[in-house]
Amino acid sequence: MAAGKYTVVTRTAASQAAALAALALLVIAVALPAFASRSLIQDMFFILTMLTLAQFWNLLAGYGGLVSVGQQAFVGLGAYMLFGGAILWGVNPVAGLLLSGVFALLLAIPMAFFAFRLQGAYFAIGTWVVAEVVRLSVAQWKAVGGGTGTSLPRDARDAMWGVEWIEMIFDTRASAARDILAYWLALALAVATIGGIYLFLRTKRGLALAALRDNVEAARSVGVDSARMKWLVFLVAAFGTGIAGGLIFMQNGRISPDSAFSIIDWTAFVIFIVVIGGIGTIEGPIVGVLVFFALQTLLADFGAWYLMVLGGVGIAVMLFSPGGLWGLVSGRTGIELFPIRRRLNRRD
Amino acid sequence: MTPILSLQNVTKSFGALTVADGVSFDVPKGQALGIIGPNGAGKSTLFNLITGNLSPNAGRIEYDGRDVTKAPPMQRCLSGIGRSFQIPQPFDRMTVFENLLVSATHGRGLPERAVTDDCAEVLERTELIEVANRPAGGLTLLQRKRLEMARAMATRPKLLLLDEIAGGLTEAECVALVETIKAIHAEGVTIIWIEHVLHALNSVVERLLVLDFGKVIGIGAPDAIMASKEVREIYLGIEV
Repeated sequence: MAAGKYTVVTRTAASQAAALAALALLVIAVALPAFASRSLIQDMFFILTMLTLAQFWNLLAGYGGLVSVGQQAFVGLGAYMLFGGAILWGVNPVAGLLLSGVFALLLAIPMAFFAFRLQGAYFAIGTWVVAEVVRLSVAQWKAVGGGTGTSLPRDARDAMWGVEWIEMIFDTRASAARDILAYWLALALAVATIGGIYLFLRTKRGLALAALRDNVEAARSVGVDSARMKWLVFLVAAFGTGIAGGLIFMQNGRISPDSAFSIIDWTAFVIFIVVIGGIGTIEGPIVGVLVFFALQTLLADFGAWYLMVLGGVGIAVMLFSPGGLWGLVSGRTGIELFPIRRRLNRRD
Repeated sequence: MTPILSLQNVTKSFGALTVADGVSFDVPKGQALGIIGPNGAGKSTLFNLITGNLSPNAGRIEYDGRDVTKAPPMQRCLSGIGRSFQIPQPFDRMTVFENLLVSATHGRGLPERAVTDDCAEVLERTELIEVANRPAGGLTLLQRKRLEMARAMATRPKLLLLDEIAGGLTEAECVALVETIKAIHAEGVTIIWIEHVLHALNSVVERLLVLDFGKVIGIGAPDAIMASKEVREIYLGIEV
C-alpha cells in the first residue's frame, strides 16, 4: 500500500511508562509467593478474581450495553462443574477449570437466545431469573451435595498439578502450596483477561464495540453488526466468568448452591467495582477493585455498616462522577494507561 | 433511468398514529431531492424506514433495483445508504477521527489501514481536520453537524440522507455547509435532504417533496411546489 499523508498512532508517553510499570508489577506478582505471607497471597487471590469478574462484566455492560445481573449463573455453574468433574470423573481440578469455562459457555448459548429478546431492565431481570433456575436445578444434584453442598475430595486436592513442586521449592505445607497455585492461576487469568480485552479493543471489531457503547442506533446505521457483537461479548464473558468461578471455589475447597450462585458476591459487588472505578474503560475495574478491597478491609469490623457504606459510596460516585474515579482522572489529564485511542498525525 | 430508491405504498403506524401513510415516490440516480413538511409530518420516520432503523407495516422499499424492505440497517449501509441524524448522534467518547474510522471500516468492510487517508480527506473537506483527535463529545453544534455529515460520507454512500443538517446554524455556517453538500452532489452522489431552512435547501435540490400527516401531498420542481396553493396553506401557514 502506498504511504499516505497521514499516519495513525496509539502509543502515548503515559502508556509507554504504564507498560513498563505493568511489566515490573507482573514480575513482582509472579515472585510474590517467595516473600509474602499466606494471608497476603489469599488477599491477592481475592483481588485478582474479583478483577477478572469485573473486567468481564464491564465488557458486557460497559461496552456491549448488556446489563446482566445473572453472572452468578456462570460463576456457580463453572464452580459446580469443577467439583462435579473431580467427584464423578476424577478430573484434576486444574484441568477442571476448562470444564468450568466450557459449561458456562454452553449455558450462555440458550440463555442469550432467551435473554436477547428482552431489552434494558427486562434483560437484567431475565438473566437473574435464569441464574435462579440454574441454582435451583444444581441444588437437586445429589452427587455434589444437593442443597447443602460439599467439599472438594481429599484425593482431588492432593492431586492438583504443581502443588508438590510448590511445596518443595517454597518449603511449605500442602494447604499453603494450594493457595500459591490458585494465586498464580488467578494472576494468569487476570492478565489474560485484561490483555485479551485490550488487544481486542485495538482491532476493527473493538472499534465497533466502542461505537456500540457510545450510541447503538448510530453504530447500526454506519454498518456495525450489533447483534453479532452482542453474541460475541456475551459468550466470551460467560466463558471467562465460568473459569473464574471454578477457580474461586477450587481455592475455597467447599461449595454450596447459596455461595456459588450468590448474586451479592458475584454480581452486586462486581457492579459496584465497575461503576465506582469507571464503566466502559479497562482502567476503571482496576481502580474499582482496589477501592473495593480497601473499603472491605477498613470496614471489616462494622458488620452491616459495611454494605451501607458501599451503597453510599456507589451513589455518591454515580451522582458526582458518572464516569467513575478513573473518569475523573482521565477527564482532567487525558491519561490512558491502555492506549486504545487512535490519533491521526500528519506525516512530515 | 432506473431509480436508485423506490418507495411503494410504504405505511408505518405507532398504535393509532399513522406516521407514513401509503408513501410512494422514486428518486432517480444522481438527483438531489428535498423533503419539506411541518414538524411531526413524518419526515425523520421516512428516513428511518429507508435506512432500516424502522420497518414498515406495509409497502415495499427498493434500493438499486433490489427489495430491501426487510434488510437490517447494517446491510443497507454496506450497500451504499448513508445518513445523518437530525439530533447529532456522535460516538461521544471516541475522537472525531475514530468516529469516521468506525463508519469507514464497518460501512465498507475494509481494514483500518486501508481507510486512514480516506477518513483524513473527508475530515479536510468537512473542515474537521483540526479537531480530528478531540473527543466528539466536546464539539460545538456546527462541528457536530459536520461530523454527522462526515461520518455518513466516510461510508462512501451512493445515497446520502441528510436530516435537518442546516438547522440551528448561523447564516455563514449554513453557506459553508451548503457548499460542501453541493460538492458531494457534484460527484454524483444521490441526496435526499430534509430541511426547514428553505433557501439553503432550494439552492441544492432539483426536486421537492412535501409531506404532511405522513402523506405525500406534492412532489415536483421546487419553484412549482413552493408556489402551489396546498403547500403555502399547509406548510407555510399562509392564507391564499
